[in-house]
Amino acid sequence: MDEQLSVSVEVPRVGLRAQTANFLRAMWAVVWKDLAAEWRSRELLTGMLVFALLVILIFNFALELDAKARASVTSGVLWVTFAFAGTLGLNRSMAAEKDRGCLDGLLLAPVDRSAIYFGKAIGNLIFMLIVELVVLPVYSVLYNTNLFSPGLLLVILLGSVGYVAVGTLLSTMAVQARTRDILLPILLFPLVLPVLIAAVKASGGILQSVPWEEVQVWINLLVVYDVIFVSIAFMFFDYVVEE
Amino acid sequence: MIRVRKLVKRFGPKIVLRSMDFDVAAGEFVALLGPNGAGKTTFLRILASLSRPALGEVRIAGYRLPDQAAAVRRRLGVVSHQPLLYGDLTAMENLRFYGRMYAIDDMERRILDVLEMVGLANRRHDLVRTFSRGMQQRLAIGRAVLHDPEVMLFDEPHTGLDQDACAMLDNVLRAVAARGRTVVMTSHDLARAADLASRFDVLSRGKIVASVQRAEMETTNNLLAFYRQAVSEPEASRG
Repeated sequence: MDEQLSVSVEVPRVGLRAQTANFLRAMWAVVWKDLAAEWRSRELLTGMLVFALLVILIFNFALELDAKARASVTSGVLWVTFAFAGTLGLNRSMAAEKDRGCLDGLLLAPVDRSAIYFGKAIGNLIFMLIVELVVLPVYSVLYNTNLFSPGLLLVILLGSVGYVAVGTLLSTMAVQARTRDILLPILLFPLVLPVLIAAVKASGGILQSVPWEEVQVWINLLVVYDVIFVSIAFMFFDYVVEE
Repeated sequence: MIRVRKLVKRFGPKIVLRSMDFDVAAGEFVALLGPNGAGKTTFLRILASLSRPALGEVRIAGYRLPDQAAAVRRRLGVVSHQPLLYGDLTAMENLRFYGRMYAIDDMERRILDVLEMVGLANRRHDLVRTFSRGMQQRLAIGRAVLHDPEVMLFDEPHTGLDQDACAMLDNVLRAVAARGRTVVMTSHDLARAADLASRFDVLSRGKIVASVQRAEMETTNNLLAFYRQAVSEPEASRG
């Protein structure tokens, strides 16, 4: 048994390259773990997908729109769907960490804690993009609108990055509370409003074929918000997770 | 190996640890005893760098918390009453994940050794959510020793385990101690603590109120009497 307890652990190297390699290794380990666990359970994606599809179905029956009105509401309906489904996913993703004390297990690892944040955020982003990729064709069929334009896909990617960046940080805070299910949307939606507004405006502009210069303003804003939110989360994650 | 000076921890207005001092030499096995709410878990969470002290100094293996937390965590193994394992991953996948987080060399061989040690090698491809509480705790110990830490923290590790699982855990604890690892274990089970530890400290009302070496304790009954006296003394002195 004594021999079995012996192991060599890599001595941490101090160079920037080695630090980056350690950071990336830990980050991808978290992403791999989230994807592998979800592949087994399919709890998170199933919940998000069923919810998202129900929302667009309800909107389809509730709003009997002509072609022109449909083009103007599409971006709003899409982002409301993504935002609500995304909240479900963020809550579930962090609840899985809290269930068996796994968040403590992550925090005990001798890695830069922002690697854990980025690992969780990338995992959440992948889940959100999968849901969006399923919702888009279903929406296209139900509303008889083609949503597969490169510009719109770019806006969806940028909007999702901003949403997930701030959402992952806030879900880490909310998961500590007993009322985490209602706390996350209450904290998240006011903060993420600039991202949602920019994403809705940019998506609407692309769908209504307004001049690119007008759309570009909103896309630039999305990029700025993404950079700000990712930077803030990077700086504060360590403080958020420690008691 | 562990040096704590004037440690204070507050949760809002409530003071949990009051200017606490605590020292553990390398290779010592300290059982931290105390009533519910005494601050044992909070103290272990501070040592594990999961909680930030309000005041005071904490050093582990010469590294100071919280500034050198990553260096401390590399030398720490933690087992709590929660397994810190993912139910939707297999035993092997759980250890592989933690092995990546700790950058362990020759990881696959090491994982198999650890699974062998905790008696779960034949269940390595089973999902952890199908494991009994005892099996999960054994795997939790495997996770904690995977990187061969110098210091082990056990927070009431026997909680919820049946007799066989407790005996298995005790064997692992003895093996860890026999390798000269420093161990701090909180426990309500005085008989098990008496059997395992080399020193007994009593934490009550946020401070270490008594400490005794194993050599001074002849029987478990002596430890029980020592514990009762230590816990009741502050109340008597206040009254």
